[in-house]
Amino acid sequence: MSVAPAEVERPEAYEHVVPDTPWVTIVWNDPVNLMSYVTYVFQKVFGYAKPRAEKLMLDVHHKGKAVVSSGTRESMERDAEVLHGYGLWATVSHDR
Amino acid sequence: MSDPGDNGDAPEIAEDVMAGFRRTPRGVSARFTSGQAGILRNLVAQVADLVGGPGAAEAPPAGPGEAAGGDLPPDIAAILGSYAPAAPPEDPVLARLLPDAYGDDPEAAGEFRRYTEQGLRSGKVAAARTVLATLPSDGGRVRLSAGDAEAWLRSLNDVRLALGVVLGITEDYERAFGELDPEDPRQAYLHVYDFLTFLQETLVRALR
Repeated sequence: MSVAPAEVERPEAYEHVVPDTPWVTIVWNDPVNLMSYVTYVFQKVFGYAKPRAEKLMLDVHHKGKAVVSSGTRESMERDAEVLHGYGLWATVSHDR
Repeated sequence: MSDPGDNGDAPEIAEDVMAGFRRTPRGVSARFTSGQAGILRNLVAQVADLVGGPGAAEAPPAGPGEAAGGDLPPDIAAILGSYAPAAPPEDPVLARLLPDAYGDDPEAAGEFRRYTEQGLRSGKVAAARTVLATLPSDGGRVRLSAGDAEAWLRSLNDVRLALGVVLGITEDYERAFGELDPEDPRQAYLHVYDFLTFLQETLVRALR
């Protein structure tokens, strides 16, 4: 499950640095995974409340894919790895 | 995605109607006939063999005297030796169970695969082993802890994904397969697929 990072005081020099464009984890539709199961996985993996998990699931179902999380490349790869463990078809990409 | 809905009748399989999983005060529970248990155990074991089989734990590629080996300690040699990009599995079932994490960047996909594939494979094998350890081969009542139920969900899903590839399941497969000859050998597997769908759906619902 993802946990919000603790607030850290950043050195002043970094204050004006433009952050990297975030990376995203995308889940793709597939004909086998159950809608109920995909909702369950989103709740379990990301700690999303059921309405949010259900909306994401429906986005995947109707639009063919949905961005399910965003952040650093490393954390997106972790998310994709966990989702693969559940059999979801997840990819990582740079949000341009 | 698929949604069996509330109206779906429990599929008839192996001479009995299955009631599916239910939540009980002592964990989620379902009753299996010996026929149902046999079919499920067989498929779960097949997927575990496939996922845990060749390619699951390849030896470091560097042999004696080869470039990446030399005088380096074996663990470092293994790390260096693993710099070749890891290709996705050729077997279509394995390719679905161990998918690429980068759709349009084979190099990044290979890198990701090299660091995650073994863990992914062993997680799937462990889930399959949990099913095999908790489902008696002659059937009967199965009662699952929260952790075991999670393993069942994953394993049932892996078996359905595998059958989905083999059968060519699509979003509207029920319509497409409705025209299938009753003698077509795929019919039997479709019944099994529907049975597993029902089982997984009742398990997700029982866990909510």
